[in-house]
Order: sequence, then C-alpha cells, then structure tokens
Amino acid sequence: MSKTEPLYVLRGLSKQYSRGKETIPIFDGLDMEIANGEFMAIMGPSGSGKTTLLNQLGGIDAPTTGEVIFDGRRIDNLGQGALAKWRSENVGFIFQFYNLMPTLTAAQNVELPLLLSPVKGAERKKRVATALDIVGIGDRAKHYPRQLSGGQQQRVAIARAIVADPKVLLCDEPTGDLDRTSADEVLEMLQLLNTKMGKTIIMVTHDPAAAKYAKTELFLDKGKFIKKGSKK
Amino acid sequence: MFKQIAALTKLNLRSIPQRWGMSLATVFSVALVVLVLMAFLAMANGFKATLSGSGSTDVAVMLRKGAQAELNSGISLAQLRLIREAPGIARNADGNTIVSGELYVIVDGLKRTTLTDVNLPLRGVEPDALVLRQGLKIVEGHMFGSGSNELIVGQAILREFAGFDLGSEVRLGTATWKVVGVFSTGGTVFESEIWADAGSIQSLYQRGSGYQSVRAKLDGADGLKALQDWAENEPTLNLDIITEKEFFSGQASGITNIILYMGWPLAIVMAFGALAGAWNTMYASVEARTREIATLRAIGFAGFAAFVSTLVEALLLAFVGGLVGSVLAWLIFNGISASTLGGNFTQVVFAFEVTGEAVQSGIVMALIIGLLGGIIPSIRAARVPLLSVHGG
Repeated sequence: MSKTEPLYVLRGLSKQYSRGKETIPIFDGLDMEIANGEFMAIMGPSGSGKTTLLNQLGGIDAPTTGEVIFDGRRIDNLGQGALAKWRSENVGFIFQFYNLMPTLTAAQNVELPLLLSPVKGAERKKRVATALDIVGIGDRAKHYPRQLSGGQQQRVAIARAIVADPKVLLCDEPTGDLDRTSADEVLEMLQLLNTKMGKTIIMVTHDPAAAKYAKTELFLDKGKFIKKGSKK
Repeated sequence: MFKQIAALTKLNLRSIPQRWGMSLATVFSVALVVLVLMAFLAMANGFKATLSGSGSTDVAVMLRKGAQAELNSGISLAQLRLIREAPGIARNADGNTIVSGELYVIVDGLKRTTLTDVNLPLRGVEPDALVLRQGLKIVEGHMFGSGSNELIVGQAILREFAGFDLGSEVRLGTATWKVVGVFSTGGTVFESEIWADAGSIQSLYQRGSGYQSVRAKLDGADGLKALQDWAENEPTLNLDIITEKEFFSGQASGITNIILYMGWPLAIVMAFGALAGAWNTMYASVEARTREIATLRAIGFAGFAAFVSTLVEALLLAFVGGLVGSVLAWLIFNGISASTLGGNFTQVVFAFEVTGEAVQSGIVMALIIGLLGGIIPSIRAARVPLLSVHGG
C-alpha cells in the first residue's frame, strides 16, 4: 500500500445503543478515510462519540450498520476469533489509565502481545528490551506498575502497543491522567513513533494542547464531523 | 493457544494475594468437605480392613442355614459330632479333625472414653480355636482353664473398655469371671472379643449342649467344596458353609455400606456450600480483573484462554483445599482407635485408615467442587465485554 492509499475507510458508519426500549444514536452515516501514516486527533465534547468511533476502528465494538475497512479488508463483519487475531497483528492500544497488569513487571507487560505471535522466547526478550528503550524506560524493565509514575506507566503501555509492530496505534485520552510535563513527553513520543517509525496514530482527546501534536485534528459533535483541520 | 492460557493462568495466580481472604475461605470450605468425607471413608476403610483382614481362606465357618450372623445361628452337639467326621477338614497329628464348636454371647461393657454401656462379644471356644486363628498369641497371662470361670481378652477390649485388666474379676451375667490372659491376633476383629471355655459358657448361660457356629480347618484347596457337597447330602444338617474370609467380608460390607451411605451424602450436601464459596471467590476474581481481562482480549487474547485460565485458578484453589483436607484427615484420623456396632450387635474395635484411595476420592471431590464452582465465572471471564477496557 502506498502512503496515499487510505489505511481506514469508513462507509455509512452508524452506531446506536439501546437502553430498555430507548434507542440512543451515537453517530449516523459517518464516512471517512484515514491515510496510512496519519497522526489524527479526534476531539469533541463528552458524549460526542469519540471513544465509540475509536472502538469501531479498533474492532472492540461493532457498528450497528456500515462498514469498517482496514488496509483493504472489511473488519466489521469478522467473527470474534478472527477479530482478535486481526487486533493482535494490526493494532496497538493505549488507554487513559494505562491498563497495565499490576502483577506483571514492565517487561512482562510489554511481552504480552508477543505471546500471541510466533516469536520465540529469546527474540521476545530482545524485542521487549528494544520497545522499552524506544520509550526511554529500559532501566525500569523489572519494575512493577505500582513502582512507576503515571508517565512511566504510560510509556510502558506505549511500549506494549508497539512491541508487535502494529500498523496503527489507537490512543484513548493517552494523557488524560498525566500532568502537563509527562503528557508532553508522551505526546512527543507518539509524534516520534509517527514520524520516525511511520506508525499511523489515531488519538482521542479532549485536550487541545494534546491535539496540537497531531497532523490532523478532527472535531466530532453529536455524532457528526464538524471540522477537519490539517497542519500540512 | 497454550502460550495464551499459560500467560493468563500465571496472571490469575499472581493476583490471588489480592484476594487472600476469599481464596482462603474457598480453600478452607473445600478442605472441610474433604475432611468430613475422608473421616467417613477412613472409618469405613478401617472397619472393612479389620473385618476383611480377620478372615482366613482355609477356615470354614458353618452357621445354621439362613443365619446372617453367629448370634442367630444354632448348631446342636449331634450336628457338631457329625461335622467332626466330615470330609474336606484337615486333621491334626493325632488324626483328629481340626474343629471348634463356638458360642457367641452378648455381655455388657463400659467404653473407657465415653463411659457408656456397650455390647461386647463373649465367645466360647474349644481348644482347636487357637489353631484356627493364625497369629493368635497370648501376650500377657495365660490361656483359660477348661471348665473354669476364666477369661482371656483381646488387646482391643483391654484398650477400649473398662474393667478387663489382667487379673481383675468381671461380673458377666450371673457369674463372676477372672481375666487370666490378654491375646493379640494382629489387629483382627477377634481382638474385640472376650474368650472363655465353650463348656463354661454353655453351663453359665444355660445353652445346654448347643453351639452357634462351627469353625473347621479346611484340607487344601478342595476342602471347602468337599465339605459343602457332603453337608448338602447329609439330611440331619442344614448349614451354610463358607470360608471365614467370605464370612467377614459379608459382615464388613453391611456396616461399611451404612457408613458410606451416611458419609457421601453428608459430604455432598457440604460440597454445595463449598461450591457456593468457590463460585463467589471466582466471580469476585473475575469482577476484580474485568478491565485486565478486557485489555488482554483487546490486545488479542482469546476468550477461551480467559475461560481456561479462570477455571484453572478455581481448580487449583480446590485442589489445595483437597490437599489440606487430606493432610488434616491423615493427621487427625489415621490410626485412631474407635469402636462401633458390628454385624453381631457387638462392638468391633478398629483403627481409622486414611488410604491412598480415600485421598484420591477426596481430591476428586475437591476438583469437582472447583470445576462446578469455577465454570460459570470462567464463562463470564470469556465473555467480559471488550468495552470494559475503558473501565466501564
């Protein structure tokens, strides 16, 4: 795939939730394309559908109608097993609260996605060390999450997201739980991953300062894109 | 998939310390079930071993046809005389058949531990009785005299019941008897008996010249068949003839089954309680790790791996409970001496026996509790909504 071909294509994407007899539409008939190598910030007020959209992109929630096409392959109609495999091969997740396993060390947390791949033990250790070095936390490999600051934990989460070399990183409020300094460090790191390693990054955030690190800012309100701004 | 299961299982087990209280409660409740079950199994095994170990295959026991126990059997002197000439019975150096006509009388005793009245067996025997019980040894004192009011008592009688110390006088029925000896038979049921001269019992208990059972040493492997065939064709005899081994096996199975029929249902009822405990613990475990499980599944781990790893945790907790219960059962029960009512309505002294088979049953019971208690929470783990990654 060339850089100009879209990594994601969304066609007529709708999502509704049911609460009893009530149907709550989140978004309806969204169409969009996300280019390979993009760093996109999706912004909008609470309840605008940002995280719901990210869930569709990551295959952890299915749209009510419409299609999600990734790298030319439709993923919204895959079964649970196939979708899990697709996620393990293509997506790295970064969450607001890091979602690290508290009983595993930083290195063991980072190793988790590799357990789903055919990579053997020694090579796994090597890749884990590399990933931790990339995020600048190689010296904390044997620390448990409780022994790390919020910023360090998020770096571990980023290392976990990139260790299996996925095509896309999906970040849900990655700096929402961090102080400004740590947030900037994390965002700079994401920027580096995008520019130096070519990772496509889609980041949901409500923080305009965080969005400034992205190449493209997309505003979502009441389930509709209301503005798209590109810095290039 | 194996790597996934191993990784998630490791995660689950490492998180147990975060739920020590509930996990320990599960281990404890399973251990309790296993302990109770094993108490009954140890009792049944001990009782069975005592009775089954008592019988010999080369000794025939003869009872009146249809009599289930010596107590309700009757054999006349004339019949005994006839039996003494029967084929299939071994002979001693003098050429006489080795036969003992025996009586079985219930007498009162007092249990040392509870000071409760119990029934004890007083057996009247003839001299050949000593030959017919292999391994019988007088360990203290001497054998009773013929026609005397003297008794010898089994070691279990001496240990469990009051008033039978060597040299003491005991009032049994209308007569006063003197304990002149203590005998051992290597832990068999005979050690739960008091022995006296058959003639003295006939006289003091107004039994005339009759007996209740006859024991005879069989002449080789074909002895029993020869004896049975002969008895079938002898019109004045109406006997059931079986080996002593079969006799005690039959006696054992009745009481053993009663013990087991009590033990298993009780253990199963208790198991339901433990099952609820295991279910709660595992549910709490899954609930506490909902976001972790969802994150792992978002990364790409399969729901099946989450299912198996949760089930393994439940099985492991139950297994530990089973082991704890087994060890406790062994420490508490193994070898302790007890007595219960045997097939002749008299006390049989036996030792609780925690066997490997009982431990196996206990562990299997524990694993069943773990499996049933863990399966629904495991399904829940496999179906944790992926959207829980956001902490919902």
